[in-house]
Amino acid sequence: MSSQDHHGRGRTGPRIPRPRTLRLVAAGVGALALTAALATPLSPAPQQAAADDGKKVLTVAVAQSIDSLSPFLASRLVSTSILRLTYEFLNNYDAKDAHAVPGLATEWKPSADKLTWTYKIRSDATWSDGKKVTAEDAAWTFNKMMTDPNAATANGSFVGNFRKVTAPSPTELVIELDKPQATMTALDVPIVPKHVWEKVGDFSKFNNDKDFPVVGNGPYILTDYEPDSFVRLEANKEFWRGAPKFDELVFKYYKDGDAAVAALQKGEVSFVSNLTPAQADSLEGQENIEVNDAPGRRFLALAVNPGARAKDGERFGDGHESLLDQRVRQALFLAVDRETLIDKVYQGHAVEGEGYIPPRFSTYYWKPSADQKLAHDPAEAARLLDAAGYKKNGDGKRVGKDGKPITYRVLCHATEPNDKAIGQYLKEWWGDLGIGMDLQCLDNVSDPWLAGTYDLAFDGWSVNPDPDFVLSIHTCAALPATREDTGATDNFICDEKYDDLYDRQLAEYDPAKRAGLVKQAVSRLYDTGYMNVVAYPNAMEAYRTDQIASITTMPEDAGNIFGQDGYWSWWSAVPADSGGSSDGGGSAGVITGVAVGVVLLAGVGGFLAMRRRATAEDRE
Amino acid sequence: MTADAASAPADGTAGPAPAPAAAPTVRGPRARTWAGYLRYGAGKVGGAAVSLFAVLVTSFFLFRLIPGDPVKTMTGGRPVSAEQLAALRREFGLDLPLWQQFTDYCGKALTGDLGTSYQFRAPVTEKIADALPNTLLLTGTAFVLYTALGIVIGTRTAWRRGRLGDRLNTGLALTLYSLPSFWLGLLLIIVFSVGMGPVPGLFPTGGMESGGEEGFAHVLDVAHHLVLPVLTLVAVEYGQTLLVTRSALLDETGSDYLTTARAKGLRDDLVRRRHAVPNALLPTVTLIFVNLGRTVAGVILVETVFSWPGLGGLFYQALSVPDLPLVQGLFLFFASAVIIMNTVADLVYPLLDPRVGR
Repeated sequence: MSSQDHHGRGRTGPRIPRPRTLRLVAAGVGALALTAALATPLSPAPQQAAADDGKKVLTVAVAQSIDSLSPFLASRLVSTSILRLTYEFLNNYDAKDAHAVPGLATEWKPSADKLTWTYKIRSDATWSDGKKVTAEDAAWTFNKMMTDPNAATANGSFVGNFRKVTAPSPTELVIELDKPQATMTALDVPIVPKHVWEKVGDFSKFNNDKDFPVVGNGPYILTDYEPDSFVRLEANKEFWRGAPKFDELVFKYYKDGDAAVAALQKGEVSFVSNLTPAQADSLEGQENIEVNDAPGRRFLALAVNPGARAKDGERFGDGHESLLDQRVRQALFLAVDRETLIDKVYQGHAVEGEGYIPPRFSTYYWKPSADQKLAHDPAEAARLLDAAGYKKNGDGKRVGKDGKPITYRVLCHATEPNDKAIGQYLKEWWGDLGIGMDLQCLDNVSDPWLAGTYDLAFDGWSVNPDPDFVLSIHTCAALPATREDTGATDNFICDEKYDDLYDRQLAEYDPAKRAGLVKQAVSRLYDTGYMNVVAYPNAMEAYRTDQIASITTMPEDAGNIFGQDGYWSWWSAVPADSGGSSDGGGSAGVITGVAVGVVLLAGVGGFLAMRRRATAEDRE
Repeated sequence: MTADAASAPADGTAGPAPAPAAAPTVRGPRARTWAGYLRYGAGKVGGAAVSLFAVLVTSFFLFRLIPGDPVKTMTGGRPVSAEQLAALRREFGLDLPLWQQFTDYCGKALTGDLGTSYQFRAPVTEKIADALPNTLLLTGTAFVLYTALGIVIGTRTAWRRGRLGDRLNTGLALTLYSLPSFWLGLLLIIVFSVGMGPVPGLFPTGGMESGGEEGFAHVLDVAHHLVLPVLTLVAVEYGQTLLVTRSALLDETGSDYLTTARAKGLRDDLVRRRHAVPNALLPTVTLIFVNLGRTVAGVILVETVFSWPGLGGLFYQALSVPDLPLVQGLFLFFASAVIIMNTVADLVYPLLDPRVGR
């Protein structure tokens, strides 16, 4: 150190200002460029050419991470939606009313004893590597799921009732069942190419995301994937139903909803889903943007704990005994003003809840008659509670059979703002009835839920065109085997009348008769008061009309675009004339941007350098 | 450990000493210094090893306190039979007694195997390796810039305390430091990505790459995507370095040795750079290494707003399942990085300030 001092003191003559700060900033910029360069080999460039070459690219903003691209493992909506585009199923659902239409199968027929289904497999479908699609591919896919538990992770439930699957000829698939099953045209199982997948070793670890393009036969072929960055698909020109109109489909990640909306406004993406009411309202009326406020496929319900139990008869949990009285359950729901909730909480972007199946599934939709309906009627609610013997005490609180004031614990999802908002309204309305409420908003509700240690809970499901699954979770058969097990049951409902209707619909192969039985089952569920549907929230989406000229919704009249049960939206989307492809900035944009960045940093550097010089001059 | 440390100085100093046998009196004090340093170093490294083990234990038990059954959460919304659930539990080892899960975990972690992520069905080390370069690119670039900016402005403002420049700079840094990063990020997106008024939309709204570019165009593309998130991070982070550097330097300004230096006729600039700053640097060095350790942890909020595919976002996803192997692995990785960087800082101190480690 002392030698440096000496050196410093020894220097004479006019001081030449050394732009050290500038060098520092330059080093920073250099580091930025260098690190960018370093990172390059680690994130390999996608193989596709840039969008500048006149390709029509449809870019969709998504937020959910992909769990797996293997059809045997994937369960998240974003993953299954992509797999729906790359692998054809046996059947598809009609865009208008969701009835079964041909997919890989052109015809299907049950035997007289209802236990054998024969599918005719189309002969004009090919895999993207040129090989023909045959019934053997389908038979192999189902057999793999039936014999290898690791291949049954995602879709095992579909083959639970299968006895045997064979392919007597390349165009004929035969499935034998243990029991009749009406859902045989709703097998949402991607059929994979046997010649590719039979080489896979451990199905529990194979994610199908390393070798591109992935051999498929849907409207699009998966060509590239970078986790949490993008998924790239190319139009399958050989698709039997006809090639999509866009050349490329890119799912681009936006982890923040507001950033995705900004990207739509700028035109970096063509489509955004999962909008909040505020976002939808702000986009409404903007130039070149169409907001699609579509009837949703979800419902939000208040589920009541009917006393948790296992199949072996053991009861557990501690649901409030008063809720075992149907009059109490109905009284609680009578006190709920659904119109206010739609208006205030959903800001109009939802439909008042009634039956268990949302109105968009017109075939199975049921709503209560005027007599049956539990319309908003607080006076009637109070009367029912009095009749059930839960009278008010001196403090105006209703008292349970144990002599204590009634307070219900209501489970709510901490991640769902709507749960909390609705909870506040319920607290007020039930408070007027003399009933206390303890709203328990948790990040993870499954522990108290499975243990049955709650009274009521916010519950919601996404309903499929075939309602079998959402109906099955309320049967006695879905209860856990013992209290140690976990059953498929939603909230421990077990009702004989309901079970009988459920079993009959599953064995009924006549579509109209089956729909009738489903409606009866939904009606029974409504009357029990265990599942009170509050609302059917809308699916709010938006797209750029200067990039997408037209796109098919599902249902066609008024329906959603993202997460359809078929592949109609992305297959049918027509590019707009104005060049179509979403503008990723282009290389000119990149250069301008980088230049501006450098100028900004240089400006900061220059400012600092000037300050430094001023300092030096002041002191010297 | 102590025996090794004691024997090490003899080996370590044998090389650099010019004539070991001939000049024992010259060598003596230096060797003592080195011995002291190595003892000090061994103590720090030993302490770090204990901390790392504590982290290993904590990472296992801490996340088991998160309520929720990972198997049920993962399969939620899908029809799953009890047999399938049991099979999944077996596959993940969740059916074993806790102590056995713990010993398995420790044994594997020591060999570098952090298990398989429940939700992604991929090795945890692979998931970390995928996201780490992205995070390092973002946080590393920002780290270099905000540290440089913080030190430069910090020393200058301290040197001219109370002047307008000091008040403005300190005020600005404090304001930016207290801004929520996601809010600032969103504002930058609205102004500089979408464009507002006369400002055109210059930068992408999110992500790390457009996809489709190769070679140098890809580098430019990534750099283009990097500007706004780095700007956000630098804006909210540089204030911390600035304030620590400034206050450390302020403590030195009245010192006698500075008066001496000035009395020797040194220019003010040199007094600051060569005398004051080196003595004031210790707290800043601590902060630099703490920040360096933190760079691997990513920045959840900024990564989310700019859709940057890094470790912060991965950690959040892992927590929400909870994806125990992934969350444990990431926690272990983050904590180890901080511990290792702190240890490095401890080892660097004596080189900067001979009083440390004596």
